[in-house]
Amino acid sequence: MKSPTDSVIRCGDMILQLKEEAVSLVSFLGDTTAAMWEGICHPKRLRWKDFLFYMNTCGPDGLPITIMISALMGVVLAYQAEVQSHKYGADNFLPMVIGCTILRELGPLMVAIVATGRSGSAFAAEIGTMKISEELDALRTMGIRPARFLVVPKMWAMLLMLPLLTAIGDFVGCAGGYMVMKTELGMPLDVFLRLTQQGVAVKYFIEGILKSVVFAYIITLTGCWRGFRTGSDAIAVGRSTTSAVVTSILFIVLADAFLAKIFTVFYGWGS
Amino acid sequence: MTDELLQPTAENASPVAKPETISEPAPAEKPAVSATPAAIEVRGLSIGYGRRVVLENLNFRIEPGQIVTILGGSGCGKSTLLKHIIGLYKPLAGDILINGRSIVNANPEEKRSIMSEFGVAYQGGALFRSLNLAENIALPMEELTNWSRDEIRKRTSEKLALVHLDGFENYMPSDLSGGMIKRAAFARALALDPKLLFFDEPSAGLDPLTSDMLDNVILEIREKTHATIMMVTHELPSIFRVSDRVIMLSAEKKGVVDDGAPAYLRDHSADDYVRSFLSRGGTFNSNDDEPGAAP
Repeated sequence: MKSPTDSVIRCGDMILQLKEEAVSLVSFLGDTTAAMWEGICHPKRLRWKDFLFYMNTCGPDGLPITIMISALMGVVLAYQAEVQSHKYGADNFLPMVIGCTILRELGPLMVAIVATGRSGSAFAAEIGTMKISEELDALRTMGIRPARFLVVPKMWAMLLMLPLLTAIGDFVGCAGGYMVMKTELGMPLDVFLRLTQQGVAVKYFIEGILKSVVFAYIITLTGCWRGFRTGSDAIAVGRSTTSAVVTSILFIVLADAFLAKIFTVFYGWGS
Repeated sequence: MTDELLQPTAENASPVAKPETISEPAPAEKPAVSATPAAIEVRGLSIGYGRRVVLENLNFRIEPGQIVTILGGSGCGKSTLLKHIIGLYKPLAGDILINGRSIVNANPEEKRSIMSEFGVAYQGGALFRSLNLAENIALPMEELTNWSRDEIRKRTSEKLALVHLDGFENYMPSDLSGGMIKRAAFARALALDPKLLFFDEPSAGLDPLTSDMLDNVILEIREKTHATIMMVTHELPSIFRVSDRVIMLSAEKKGVVDDGAPAYLRDHSADDYVRSFLSRGGTFNSNDDEPGAAP
């Protein structure tokens, strides 16, 4: 039987651990941002070979799954919306609903979640394995900052590729929505495009792309941070990979909520 | 064992000034006190994890040009001590001076500068798997110097030749054998021509012939670079072959139990543990060819 004192102690330990994690994350954020700035000031020092490699793994390699998920998301969203709106004779609003939802929310969110599963976890596993095999220690003792060497190429690659994938995901998601409109309601393409144009502003697309930039930063930062915090055994790599995905998705959803509020209230983009 | 042995000082840690309990003076070494700064100086060092103290109040100096082995039973803190000396961990107390500069109290920029003055070869090699052998060796030069590409290529070839790996420039680490990975790690440690080298378990997990070849490489490195070398190893044949001096640690006593030339300690150490530890590997001829042999 556990006494109340045990629970208090456990609670205290948990709070201390959370505090320690928060301090570590903020410190890593500072280190990474400084390294990114150094990369901007001295572009020659960026590891271009690594940057191109990660651009390929974050972008083209993730394209098929992004297209598939985005198209299916568009189909499901359109189908569910159509069932409800049809009851009230509001079919003409469907292209706007699909366009707004995909461009502002679901597009960037789903693409970011896919990227977290693919790239964020890979970053954590790669850096975690490097930690176990003492490669991170080797970097430090060479006088090389691991953040500059390992995080910066990944970060730039993700910052460029995720918005691109999001744009493609937006397009494919809307196309999926149109397929449902066409098959269920027999809506012609020109009508779908006209109704979409009437209800969906360019700023919604920009909002989604800006969100994806923030999500890219979160995915890379969290994946690499979890990798650096890997323990000293093989199980620890699995643990940090899982933890990278969970933490990253949590931060993405939190950031999404925060940004939705910012864009809607402060910039009036909701209207 | 007396407290003097448990808490060695800068004086008694040197092979010349032996701890009180060892009756005869240790031979074959020059006095430790010198006007030039020691390559490594450890002062009142206590290390551990969290609240657990692994080693406490360590004091010793390593003079330039020596090959020194940190020796001790499993779990006594040898590798932990090495990682503290190379600045990866912060000690609980005390100071570590590398060429006269404190690595413990240095700010991050100074610490990176001190770290760039030494080379480290890790137990598993720690080569970057995404880079080939030449790129691995060239990495410190590319990152920390302004040398031209041709200069870097030339120096990379020299380092690979020094460890007998010329011709393997384009091999990936996954294509190399254990012995080759260790030699490649030596080459990378030598990339910036450091005067101080650290080798963590250089011959662990290797067959006797490969270990023997690595010992030759270590001796060649010393001969050609005149570097100070600090090793952590359990391989007794290697210790007797290459080490000028052994610093013996004990987990039980949380400190240095003896310090001196390996053959001398094997034959004359006042500590039974040290004598039996160093004799365990069978008979090692203490002839005059051994760097650590008693005259």
